[in-house]
Amino acid sequence: MKKRSKSILAVCALLALTVALSGCSGDKASDSSQIIVGIPQDLEDSLDPHVAVAAGTKEVLFNIYEGLVKPDLDGNLVPAVASEYAISEDGKTYTFTLREGIKFHNGNPVTVEDIKYSIEKCADTSAGEPLVEAYSAITAVNCIDEKTVEIVLSEENTDFLAYMMTAIIPADNENPDTNPIGTGPYMYVSRSPQENFIVKRFDEYWGEPASIENVIFKVCANADTIVMDLKGGSIDMYARLTSAQVNELGDSFHVYEGTMNLVQALYLNNASKPFDDIRVRQAMCYAVNQQEIFDLTFDGKGTEIGSAMFPSFEKYFIEDLKDVYNQDIDKAKALMKEAGYEDGFSMTITVPSNYQPHIDTAQVLVEQLKQINIDATIELVEWSSWLSDVYANRNYQSTIIGVDAAELTARALLDRYVSDADNNFTNFANEEYDTLFDSVIVTTDETEQVKIYKRMEEILAEDAASVYIQDMVEFVALNNKFEGYEFYPLYIQDISRIREVK
Amino acid sequence: MKYVVKKISMLLLTLLLVSFLAFLAFQIIPGDPAVKMLGTQATPEKLAVLREQMGLDRPMLFRYAVWLKDFVTGNMGTSYSYHMTVGSMLSGKLPITLTLTFLAFIMIVMISIPFGIYTAKYKDRRISKVLNAVNQITMSIPPFFIGVLFTYFFGLILRWFIPGGYISYETSVIRFIGYLIFPAIAIALPKAAMTTKLLKDIILEETKLDYVRTAYSRGNRTNGVLYHHVLKNAMIPVVTFLGMTLADIVAGSIIIEQVFSIPGLGRLLITSISNRDYPVVQAIIVCIAFIVILINFVVDIVYRILDPRVRGQ
Repeated sequence: MKKRSKSILAVCALLALTVALSGCSGDKASDSSQIIVGIPQDLEDSLDPHVAVAAGTKEVLFNIYEGLVKPDLDGNLVPAVASEYAISEDGKTYTFTLREGIKFHNGNPVTVEDIKYSIEKCADTSAGEPLVEAYSAITAVNCIDEKTVEIVLSEENTDFLAYMMTAIIPADNENPDTNPIGTGPYMYVSRSPQENFIVKRFDEYWGEPASIENVIFKVCANADTIVMDLKGGSIDMYARLTSAQVNELGDSFHVYEGTMNLVQALYLNNASKPFDDIRVRQAMCYAVNQQEIFDLTFDGKGTEIGSAMFPSFEKYFIEDLKDVYNQDIDKAKALMKEAGYEDGFSMTITVPSNYQPHIDTAQVLVEQLKQINIDATIELVEWSSWLSDVYANRNYQSTIIGVDAAELTARALLDRYVSDADNNFTNFANEEYDTLFDSVIVTTDETEQVKIYKRMEEILAEDAASVYIQDMVEFVALNNKFEGYEFYPLYIQDISRIREVK
Repeated sequence: MKYVVKKISMLLLTLLLVSFLAFLAFQIIPGDPAVKMLGTQATPEKLAVLREQMGLDRPMLFRYAVWLKDFVTGNMGTSYSYHMTVGSMLSGKLPITLTLTFLAFIMIVMISIPFGIYTAKYKDRRISKVLNAVNQITMSIPPFFIGVLFTYFFGLILRWFIPGGYISYETSVIRFIGYLIFPAIAIALPKAAMTTKLLKDIILEETKLDYVRTAYSRGNRTNGVLYHHVLKNAMIPVVTFLGMTLADIVAGSIIIEQVFSIPGLGRLLITSISNRDYPVVQAIIVCIAFIVILINFVVDIVYRILDPRVRGQ
């Protein structure tokens, strides 16, 4: 009987251990409204809105932070921390009026000093380049009085307002990396790495308050179990589902269909052989059939783009560009022959292994490229290898990825094709393009500006900078208990609009 | 005294070696934390500045020395990705993995010892033969596969638990342990099967020895001989095996945590590796190594209790 008493002892010890370890048990009131939102990866990032880089972090932080202006559903910039703004005639001075009575999550009122601090923090050049590149044009941030801030630029820039989405944070927060304080509809409560990120409604929010009180962003690292998680009730909402997943869901969910606001393309390293030859790039564009990709991997859904712009940016999007290269194998073969690659060549498509839609796309592309004797192999790499090898060091042949826009302006998508841009990871170079870009940022007339941006998109299409594929379809599943999900033209999730079904 | 000093110096040496090897491994795999931190905003200039800030531009041995000095003085550093102190991250995750490990371990002991004794004692009964066959099958199924089967059968069909519905011990200890039961069984089953077979075989070996015959001839009953003489001797190799098993399941729980979406040390380790978050990886590896060495230490002590001959040495 010794054995049994030993096992009992062990069980007791274990229970004592777990009870002791659990320490504080924070029971939540069950009557308050709560939603659990599944996210594919944790916010493995700083929570400082100016330092955070991952798109997955930013889309969550959107609920906590606000800039002087913020985007609305149609992609317009509306006043947020500032109640109004004025742009001087010469486009060099931006004046913002601080919203009356607006408070930070810690209860302190927002002051013009906080605005000055936030802008200057992002414009600081002591680390080489400013956090927000466009801020290198700022010459001064002046506090005119207790509610007016003036931002002076060295050269006129009509697009600058789009960059004023930069979050305003309190100057006296010592740990913005781990203790986020903003002015948004939700305030930070706690986080547990690889488990969850919890926010709570901010009751003193200046605008329309959020409907649901507690929001738990739950990390669902295992993509195969997301449908199970939704059906089992361990999460109430999940964005960016595949059509296969949506089909498995059943009818206890609202499914919203939108677009991801990404430029998905087979990006070609224009500096590497044979992609330095425009004829090869064009041939590849002629070989690809976007509709076939949609049919085989996205249940027939997707939006062809034809250039580096997605349709949500209505003002700048040119629908016709999708027809510049319709699939034409003969033409493609002729171009290949002309370029001296009649017998084709082998190439590598580097794809980050954590993005299934890109992998699926790559598999279809491999087959399509075979038709013009191109032997493509897919190389799956970890995300951090992708960032260092492909993006930072540009040491690759081709890659499939979706590029998003950080700001509500065409510049956010098009500035990466300027030949000496730091983020020009495709090494695209076109003199006309560079000249146009230089002129567009100083153009004050909006119609003229849109015209130039459109011309730039045309150049990208004509030069076949890369093989542009699509803006991917996005499905969001929301449990029937909730409603009100809305899509933005940017990569963000606005939880404050979601409400319980009464 | 000499024994304790020897053990502790071995422990320190092992930890030093393990941490150094882990550090070295990061020099070989591609990707660097600065690139990961800046993501798509990385420019050569920004990278250089950040690398300097993080000290990544220093030689590897120098960085290891700095890390070691901090670690020894109780500073495990700050996570590159989370910007939280590594200590606070580990203290939240350690209870999860340890509970899972201990649950699994208790199950192994509670399953294997009764079954081992039973199948040895009644080795000719038909039920023992059935048990032996079942045992053989269980032994050969890897835990992650059992995990997948459990998720499907108990989670989706019978709905005994919600797959992925992990509940933090901070919310409810009971439901937390409840969620860990199935993962623990998944880890425990193959190991329990192995232990059962080992115990059975050893008991059968022992009963052939002279001292058992002597014990019978002194007029002891079967149970008395089995529990007082045979089992005592049979336990020594079983304890060795259980010690190894415990060390194995600490490491093995990493995979099961993935299958059942448990946010424990294992998941943190895997994501930290892909984020090139050295401080976290180093701390977790040292932590796991420490636990494994500690278990061996405990096994040594258990030997001394079980076997007076070891005590004499």
